[in-house]
Amino acid sequence: MNKPSLKVAVGALELKNPVMTASGTFGYGQEYETYLDLNTLGAIVVKGISIKPRPGNPPPRVVETPSGMLNAIGLENVGVERFIDEKLPYLRKIESKVVVNILGDSIDDYRQLAETLDDVTGVHALEINISCPNVKKGGVAFGTVPKMANEVTKAVRNACRLPIILKLSPNVTNIVEIAKAVEEGGADAISLINTLLGMAIDIHARRPKLANIVGGLSGPAIKPVAIRMVWQVAQNVKIPVIGIGGITNAEDAIEFMLAGATAIEVGTANFINPHATIDIVNGISAFLEKYNYKSVDEIIGALDVS
Amino acid sequence: MALSSVQVAGEIIGVEKITHDIFRQTILAPEIAHQAVPGQFLMVRIGFELDPLLRRPFSIHQIREDEGTLQILFKVIGKGTRLLSQKREGETLDLLGPLGKGFNAQPDKNILVGGGIGVAPLLFLADWLANKNPGSASKILLGARTREEIEALTHDFAKITDDLLIATDDGSMGHHGFIPELLEKVQPCESKPLTVYSCGPYPMLKKVVTICRKKGWNAQVSLEAMMACGISACLGCAVKKAAGKSEKMSYLHVCKDGPVFHSEEVDWNE
Repeated sequence: MNKPSLKVAVGALELKNPVMTASGTFGYGQEYETYLDLNTLGAIVVKGISIKPRPGNPPPRVVETPSGMLNAIGLENVGVERFIDEKLPYLRKIESKVVVNILGDSIDDYRQLAETLDDVTGVHALEINISCPNVKKGGVAFGTVPKMANEVTKAVRNACRLPIILKLSPNVTNIVEIAKAVEEGGADAISLINTLLGMAIDIHARRPKLANIVGGLSGPAIKPVAIRMVWQVAQNVKIPVIGIGGITNAEDAIEFMLAGATAIEVGTANFINPHATIDIVNGISAFLEKYNYKSVDEIIGALDVS
Repeated sequence: MALSSVQVAGEIIGVEKITHDIFRQTILAPEIAHQAVPGQFLMVRIGFELDPLLRRPFSIHQIREDEGTLQILFKVIGKGTRLLSQKREGETLDLLGPLGKGFNAQPDKNILVGGGIGVAPLLFLADWLANKNPGSASKILLGARTREEIEALTHDFAKITDDLLIATDDGSMGHHGFIPELLEKVQPCESKPLTVYSCGPYPMLKKVVTICRKKGWNAQVSLEAMMACGISACLGCAVKKAAGKSEKMSYLHVCKDGPVFHSEEVDWNE
């Protein structure tokens, strides 16, 4: 009996399995090479890249919270030139697809990054982080206003031929509205959710635990919010949806896929269990076998709400 | 070197309660014990539940290479360490290590300076230096709040050197005062270069570095930072890099560039 097929297509991006890494949790890939065989991943989404290198925020940058953590890393990254010269060569040797997450302060930044990465060998898709503040519009995050989300998408769409995945912020009133706006702008896929804005306080020092005061919440604590948003978005767009948010094991991943996700990203779990991704690939395979599915396609959006 | 770190299951084969809130565990983990150098650390998964979520960092306190064992020495400061302190012999810990850049052992005369639970990595270092340079004894200065916190550990250090000085905040053992005061009194040695290796609370390290600068001694410090992963993925454990006037501000990472740094690499002006 053949093993069930794990192949999925996120638009034009074909993956050998639905398991991807979440940006910011897997470095540029090589950081994990002694812990797992990187070739087993569907895709590696690297740390978010900006035009110029960014040093990141002052410490403390991370703090644990119940079943989760807050981060205010500050988008520290080596910048696009050093990424291409120093980090990409290693990734080219791996079978997994490489998705470059990009971020900017203005629409023009995103356009420029998309242009720069468009013809670079070894880059298979772009994931567009629109949780960043638009400094030209008073720091309102691109991903919180449908019109801006739409404009960023159009700018990136026109600047490159690579598959583009728009990564949505959950810190909005109406996630479906934002999803439709990026679909209209030409997104090939949507990934959600990014982190939820949160805060923690040291009561003895009477100070915030993060130097940045607020940070992004990730980990199992956010999973219910993420599943709800994936389900709502998947009901309302035609393009593929990638689910992110507190996935630690195959059961979690399957929840997202039943809710409508074609693929999933594993983030915080990598810190705790460096081979979480491969455990999840194996667990999805075991689930499919148990229920006699021939292919993982059969569970995508298969949630029964009758 | 960080890139040879592994994920292994280590069986707890010994548990000692040093004080009411300081514990030492001996763990069978030959793959880590055979590679580790002083100053490196482990990321320990406390349990398999989702809370506490993250691993906790612990410096490697001692190794027995022939037995394939290592030890961690820790203080209970929160729910992670509290759960860890309740573990018994026979239980298994999920370990990542050895991680980070350890102390850079020099053939110079050396002084080891430890404060509080920061003394933990210095036992491994003291042993290492004694084996590498037999006949060249380390001077070891250890500080704690009270006699209770440090007394049991002095026996281990006393096996390696006769030149051991203690300072306690309350004067219950040794010098009544702080460790930097003892370091200040040490005479500079004209004939040989001298390296100070230090680990402890940040204010102590800052004073140690100032004294070393004045006396023309090299100093290596082991730093701590809030970290989520310990394996250079999250970028949480940032410390400010010392920068020249024209250089842009940037950060070093404790888990990858450290935890041991040469004192002049770090910006102490925070």
